[in-house]
Amino acid sequence: MRVFGNLVKPYMVWMSLFIVIPMLLIVLYAFTTHGNSVMAFQFTFDNFGKFFDPVFIKVMLKSIQVALITTGVCIVIGYPIAYVIANVDERWQTLLMLLVTIPMWINMLVRTYAWISILSDSGLINTFLKSINIGPLKMMYTDFAVILGMVYNFLPFMILSIYTSLAKMDKAVINASYDLGANTRQTFMKITLPLSMPGVISGVTLVFLPAVSTFIIPKFLGGGQYMLIGNLIENQFITVGEWNFGSAISLIMAIIIMLSMYMTRKIDKDIVQEAQGGNKW
Amino acid sequence: MVGSKNRKLTRFFLIAGVLLFFYAPIASLMVFSFNDSRSLTSWAGFSTQWYTALFANREMMSAIYVTLLVALLSTFISTVVGTLTAIGISKSRKIIRELIINVNNFPILNPEIVTAIGLMLLFSSLSIEKGLITMLVAHIIFSTPYVILTVLPKLRGLDPDIAEAAMDLGATPAQALWKVIIPLIMPGVISGALLAFTMSFDDFVISYFVSGNGVKNISILVYTMSKRINPTINALSTILVVIITVVLLIVNLLPILKKKELRGAE
Repeated sequence: MRVFGNLVKPYMVWMSLFIVIPMLLIVLYAFTTHGNSVMAFQFTFDNFGKFFDPVFIKVMLKSIQVALITTGVCIVIGYPIAYVIANVDERWQTLLMLLVTIPMWINMLVRTYAWISILSDSGLINTFLKSINIGPLKMMYTDFAVILGMVYNFLPFMILSIYTSLAKMDKAVINASYDLGANTRQTFMKITLPLSMPGVISGVTLVFLPAVSTFIIPKFLGGGQYMLIGNLIENQFITVGEWNFGSAISLIMAIIIMLSMYMTRKIDKDIVQEAQGGNKW
Repeated sequence: MVGSKNRKLTRFFLIAGVLLFFYAPIASLMVFSFNDSRSLTSWAGFSTQWYTALFANREMMSAIYVTLLVALLSTFISTVVGTLTAIGISKSRKIIRELIINVNNFPILNPEIVTAIGLMLLFSSLSIEKGLITMLVAHIIFSTPYVILTVLPKLRGLDPDIAEAAMDLGATPAQALWKVIIPLIMPGVISGALLAFTMSFDDFVISYFVSGNGVKNISILVYTMSKRINPTINALSTILVVIITVVLLIVNLLPILKKKELRGAE
């Protein structure tokens, strides 16, 4: 069967050129001084020093904060929805999950653009509020609008992820819990919730990762002045032309994301071990 | 029984609420694409003027052309490369397999913007001018890992002796590949291709960083135009939503209908 093993060779070259080298280029740019010629680079830490300006630190903390709130809201809304869907009649489950996942496939810019005409000062909500003599409420260009846009875009991923873990759960375990005298609440807290934790955790990565790096949602719903880390990177590359600084920010962001994924994975492992190590009772 | 009725109602409202949240904005976007005025909030009567404006707008038509061309070509190439590589991975030694899978996961786990600037730096280091070609290459690069990831599980479920048997019976390796292995993993190849197509069709971040010289896909156009309210974007968006929904419905409903047909035939 080794004949077919040769099929990987072209992709290994491809992968080195188009996946590995671009990553190395980001690192190279991050550690060198300005000047876009690769041959004449000079090693420096300045790009990272520059990032530790309070202005930039603030942008980073704000991005993490917004992404964390978004993730939290997605869990609080997504879990009950996934739980309800996983417990309805099976024919309905397929249909409902299809309805939940269709928005995931619609262009993200379109989905975000749709909210502008709803949230703006003369938008649908404010037109309605005006007709009952309230408002106008200022919604566009606020944290609220940005977080709403993120929840709207990323909630389907959370529901899908939690639903998958709930749907493949062995129903016999739950029935056993009832048979042994546990009530609904106890069964949920001690059996269903811990066993669905892997779904929650993978949902967290699916939401947090795009939420912390997006620049479309803050640009559309937060306005030109609203800066998250994604916007900062976009600015450095498209508007300012500081590729070295932009690379340094990207590198910092990639490291933060990798660390947080490593941590969530570790938490996941601990929880699953705890749920499976039933001898504690 | 009152408690159970209440629970049913709560469930109903939860589901209805979330579906309303998902679909109301898209519905309003679509409804106002047929509005007879520029307003996106007050209804002035039915009209298809924004669709007429859309099809008369050369920039928009060229964006649709670029999007479709790049999506079709990149889907084709990434599906072929991804499928062959996946077959190769499944027959490789463990160390090579793990190496490829780990590197392959990089673009999937990394934020899109990081992949985008990596490619942008690569193209500029090689002094390749940004345009249609760079966009196409970038789309092939980011789709292929997803195709590999979709096809691999299908290969894992495949009997390893089956290609061997074909070759013992006189098939060349190419014939064994084309006539035995690929037909058996076809469902995985098709879902990989669909994934590649929708990802390319909807892509903004990577296209935005690696294209230039006036080459725009639909997403880039929406991005540059949406700073002002513009019902033509609604018209374009409506078409996109309808296409994607129809494709998804076909993909999801076909297997169900087929199953029913089989059951009916029995």
